[in-house]
Amino acid sequence: MTADPAPPVKLVYFAWVRERVGMPDESVALPEGLATVADLIAWQRSRGEEYAHAFEHADIIRVALDKRHAPHGALIAGAREIAFFPPMTGG
Amino acid sequence: MPPAATIRIQSEPFDVPAETARLTAGRADIGGIVAFTGLCRDEGGRLEALELEHYPGMAEEEIGRVAETALARWPLLGLTAIHRHGLIRPGEDIVLVIAASAHRRAAFEAADFMMDYLKTRAPFWKREHLIGGTKGPWVEARAEDDAAAARW
Repeated sequence: MTADPAPPVKLVYFAWVRERVGMPDESVALPEGLATVADLIAWQRSRGEEYAHAFEHADIIRVALDKRHAPHGALIAGAREIAFFPPMTGG
Repeated sequence: MPPAATIRIQSEPFDVPAETARLTAGRADIGGIVAFTGLCRDEGGRLEALELEHYPGMAEEEIGRVAETALARWPLLGLTAIHRHGLIRPGEDIVLVIAASAHRRAAFEAADFMMDYLKTRAPFWKREHLIGGTKGPWVEARAEDDAAAARW
């Protein structure tokens, strides 16, 4: 019996991360073996020039799992929508 | 039981007296109201506008979570937070926080806390639009804002 492929995840981008990636969102089947937010960011950097540029400084990228802030050590399993953005500048 | 906070994300301007009246209408137990309004500066005449991008859905939810923390921490009788998005001109309002309590200290502290956390946790990003129509840079987060939030 083979395992069902993981359902696609919606990746969402904001501000200069969105501009560098070149799209506001995308639906992606994540490769196996990505456990944490940090793993996911490292994978993003490997996806091409635009992504390498957007995720160049991994430490300043903020991530939300299903619309909740998540540290880079958080597990991504089960998240349906994962957002990437710069530090917030509202208020 | 603490009151429910009013949280709104909108592109249109807000009306501070109307929002204040909404908190005080029909009650006599409130002893103080602190209202903070954040405005768009022209940065010495450089700015034509600020563009505020936000994460729809998360913006409401995150400000709601910050408000729940404030309601649990201070004896508030009312709490409102409104944040605008879109293109905002110098002199226009961007954000409003109103806290109401029986005694002033809770309202002052809760409003201050709300603003510090709004700035560092609410998913909004500002971009400058310069005089003459060119798009300027995204505003960078300030370390002072993180330090301010860490006080609480």
